[in-house]
This record gives sequence, structure tokens and C-alpha cells, in this order.
Amino acid sequence: MKTKILLAILAVVMVGLIAVPWIASYFYIFIFTEILILGLFAASFNLVFGYTGMLSFGHAAFFGIGSYAMALVLIHLEWPFLVSLLASMGAAALLALVIGFFCVRLNEVYFAMLTLAFGMMVFAIAYQWRSVTNGSDGLAGFSLGSFGFGLDLTLGNPAVYYHVVLTIVAIASAVLYVICRSSFGMILRAIRQNPERVSFAGLNVRTYRLVAFVIAGAFAGLAGGLIAPFLRVASPELLHWSMSAEPILMAILGGTGYFLGPFAGAAVFVLLETWITSFTESWMLVLGIILALMVIFFRKGLLGTILDWWMEVKK
Amino acid sequence: MSGIVSALLNSLDIGLLLFIIAVGLNIVFGVLNIINFAHGALYMLGAYLAFTLINIVGMPFWAALLLAPLGVVILAVLIDRFLLRFIYSRDIADSLLLTFALLLIINESVRMIWGSGIQVVQPPQLLAGSMEILGSSVPTYSLFVIVMGLLLLAGLWYLFNRTRIGRIMRAAALDRDMAEVLCINTRLVVTGVFAFGAWLAAVGGVVAAPMRALDPGMGDKIIIESFIVVVIGGLGSFPGALLGAIVLGLIHGFGGRYLPEVNMLLPFLGMALVLLFKPHGIMGKGANA
Repeated sequence: MKTKILLAILAVVMVGLIAVPWIASYFYIFIFTEILILGLFAASFNLVFGYTGMLSFGHAAFFGIGSYAMALVLIHLEWPFLVSLLASMGAAALLALVIGFFCVRLNEVYFAMLTLAFGMMVFAIAYQWRSVTNGSDGLAGFSLGSFGFGLDLTLGNPAVYYHVVLTIVAIASAVLYVICRSSFGMILRAIRQNPERVSFAGLNVRTYRLVAFVIAGAFAGLAGGLIAPFLRVASPELLHWSMSAEPILMAILGGTGYFLGPFAGAAVFVLLETWITSFTESWMLVLGIILALMVIFFRKGLLGTILDWWMEVKK
Repeated sequence: MSGIVSALLNSLDIGLLLFIIAVGLNIVFGVLNIINFAHGALYMLGAYLAFTLINIVGMPFWAALLLAPLGVVILAVLIDRFLLRFIYSRDIADSLLLTFALLLIINESVRMIWGSGIQVVQPPQLLAGSMEILGSSVPTYSLFVIVMGLLLLAGLWYLFNRTRIGRIMRAAALDRDMAEVLCINTRLVVTGVFAFGAWLAAVGGVVAAPMRALDPGMGDKIIIESFIVVVIGGLGSFPGALLGAIVLGLIHGFGGRYLPEVNMLLPFLGMALVLLFKPHGIMGKGANA
């Protein structure tokens, strides 16, 4: 019964999301495009954090390299959009493999510090390697040609691009969900709860962590590939560690215990940001206070707290 | 030759300043088992308070060196009593997240109070000039930073190895329950250690103020440097903080002079190398890391 109600709510949300371009202004089409892309970014982060129990402070490296890969491919090779997205995922997965190789062997504290440091290393490269990355200005001036599959879509139109993003994010989330629900996902959750037990059971914890890290990196790269045409620029800010903080905040805000938590968190985050920045510049201050309160009192996040309460009350 | 001498002195002043800051991070981790993400923000607060005391109130530098860190200590006690107390018993990830929230709050507050522009603090008259050492001219202030770092190093060594307070701190780090059984007020130790770590960060901030321009991003830069220091040296290790700081100082001092096109990358490369061969840092112990 309950799952049916939840599925019905989810279906209504989905229909609402599909209908956004017909019922809302351009402003909200942009807002919802951003929510979807950042939601996917946060969900990929949560595979590492919520499921595997590794707090990464360098997830923006994969998001950023995805957007740089997209920009570089569009500028120099002019591949179709879908193929460029695969390039974004591939570049991010490769980077995640290298960074993950160093990081996953270490525990929580070291892992957090190391991912932060490696993330900033990627930022430093993007900042200093001017001939390829155009330094602090970032890469701009690329345009989307064809979509792929011979489809002729006008990707310059925000409403069309919104639907493309919605489709891709929906498919990617479904794949991520299947991964989380598979036996592989179960092992990841077991690793979060007790890595010693898992290794006593004969499984190589380090390999599982690395695979989770690479998968999360690839999906973050996909999100980055989607954001570059949306922002029309791939800049070092996308690699900076304050960008790594965003999926952390979204995951905590929405709830790390549920698959859709990071998406809910991304929605709250972006809407709150839009609302608060309309009357004060100190959005980060408000964000810090919210995060502190969430960590101390509502560790399960908004969605987690609501769902747990609902499961408890309506038995 | 003179190039090498000045690069060496430059490395030492960067390294010892980093030591002052990173050792605070390491002590807090060693005793309380939390990583204070806001450590760099406290360093920045020390520097900005010194700016206000010196440039706006008109105090001498030495008074600011005493007073600004005390202001940060008061804030640290409040942070410990009203925020961190909720999460000491929880998973270490929660302390990272909470201190990260603090970092956002402090960063934005600094931006609101002092603006996002660059501020400059002049060094005191006594330390303003430069000196001639082995044929190369060295800013007197660099020598002051080196002396300051060495004094704090000696002081910390004495504190931890020769005084009762140091022994209590080490006891609380080893086994807090046992320390409590021995009539040690561990609540007080926890607050004291957190405040002491903040004091070290703030002293670093005041010392750094005349040699670096102040901007609201300075805390973020130093926290990443501090993380690299403790990763290279070993988390929770006192000699490790010194070693890591000197290594990073050398990387900056010589890298900035001889390899300017990749100088932003070098610290991370050094760190990756250490991790490959000594995953828990040069002085770190494998067991608790």
C-alpha cells in the first residue's frame, strides 16, 4: 500500500517535471534544468557517501572535468551531443580511477582530506594550463551541433534542452538506482556499516570502494557534460572545492539514506538559493547555518525525516 | 649561492608558519579525534582581528599578537560549548560536516564585516627592514617568523613532555574514560584543547598578516596547505607536523623560484608520492590512521 502511494507521488512529480516547459516561464525552465543536473551530481556523490560511507570533498573534480571534456570535444572535434556526453563520462571515470587509486586505501579522515587535495590539484591544472583550458576565463564559444541518432533537435532552445536533460537524467538515475539495489549496492552498504566484516567475508573492500568511486565519478562527469552547454562555459569554478561542497550539502539536506534524497536536496538547495539571493548576498551564511542545524538535529535530511516519520505514523 | 640561501630562508619562514597552524589541527585531532575544517577560517579570523586592532584601533603589532588570538579563543570556547558538544560522540564524518558548516559561516561573516577586497597590515617598525645574511638580503620579518615558529616549537615540546597539563592532554588522547576515572575533568580538557588549537591558528593568522595580503579566501588556502602538511607528516603526530611543514615549505620556497610554471601542482605531487610509499605519512603510525 505504502509503496503504491509513494510510486503514485513519484509519478505525479514526474508528470509535473515533463510539463514544466508548458506551464512555467523561461526563468523556471532554467531553474529546473539546474535542479536536474545538480540532482544527478548529488546522487552520484551519494553513491560514495551515503551508500559506501566515504566522505569525498573532491567530487567537483569529476563534474568539472566532464564539463571541460564536453567543451573541448565540441570546440575541437564537433562530435554529436550524445557522443560528447560519453566522452565526458569516460574522462571523469578515468580521472576517478587515478584519484581513487590513491584515496580508497585510506580511511575516512585521510580520504576526505585527500579527495579535497586532489580536487584542488585538478583545479590548479585547469587554472595554470592556459593553452588547453584557457585559464581562469574557462572555455566558452562552443555550440551544440547535432544530437546524435540522426535526430534534429534545436538544443539552443531552453525548453528542448530541458527535455533532453530530463530524459538523460531520468535514464542515468534509473541506472544508478539499479546499481544501488543490486548485490553490488548491498555490498557497498555493508562496507559502510562494517568494512572489517566484509573483508572477513572474503571480499576485497578496496576494490569495491574503487569501483563505486569510479562509477560515481562517471555519473558526476555526465552531470558536468550536461551543465557545460547549459552555462555555455566550462570554467575552473566548476572544479573548485566550493563546488565539491554543493553535492555534500544537497545530500545532507535531502537525506543520504534514500536514493531520491539528493534530488530532493538539490531542489531545496537551488530554490532556496534563488529565493535567498533575491534579498541578500550572504547565501553562504544561511547555508552554513542550515547545514549546522541539519547535522546536529536532522541528520537524516528532509526527505529522510519525512519518510521515516510517515512510515512510523501510518503503520 | 645567494639564490639558494634566500630560497632556503623563504622555505623556512613558509614552513614554520605552516607548522604553527598545522600543529593546532593535529593536536585537536590527536586529543578530540575531530578534523577541524574551520581551522583555516579561525586563522583568517586571527589575521582580520589583528588588522582591525592595528589599522583601525591603532594598537601596536605586539598588542594585537596578544589580543587577537584571545578573541578567537573566546569564539572557539563558544563553538565547543554550543555546537561541537553535540557531535563528539558521533561518527567522525559528522564533525567534518559540522566544522565545514562553521567554515561557511565564518567565511561569509568575514566577507560581510571586512568586505571582499584585499587588506594590508604593515609589519612593526622594528621588523620592517631587511638584513644582510651570507650576501643576500632577507626581510627582517621572515627572520621573526622563523624565530616565532621555533619558540612555539620549543614551547609545545616543553608543554607536552614536561608539564602536568601536557601529560593530562596526552592521557585524554590515549583513553578518555580512563582519564576520567583518574579524576581528570575531561570536559574541561576537551574545551581547553579545542581552544588551544584555535589559539595556534589565530597566532598563525596574526603572524601571517604582515607578510600576506588579507582576503576572505585566505582561510581556504591555508586549510588545504595544512591538510597537505598533516598528510605528508602523519595525522596526529607532533614531529610529523614539523616535518610536513618543512617539506611543504621547501617545495614552495624552491618550487616557486625554480619551477614557476608548475608550482601550484608540486605540493600535491609531493603528497601523492608520500602516500604511495607511506600511506599514513612519514611519521604516522599505521594503527590509528
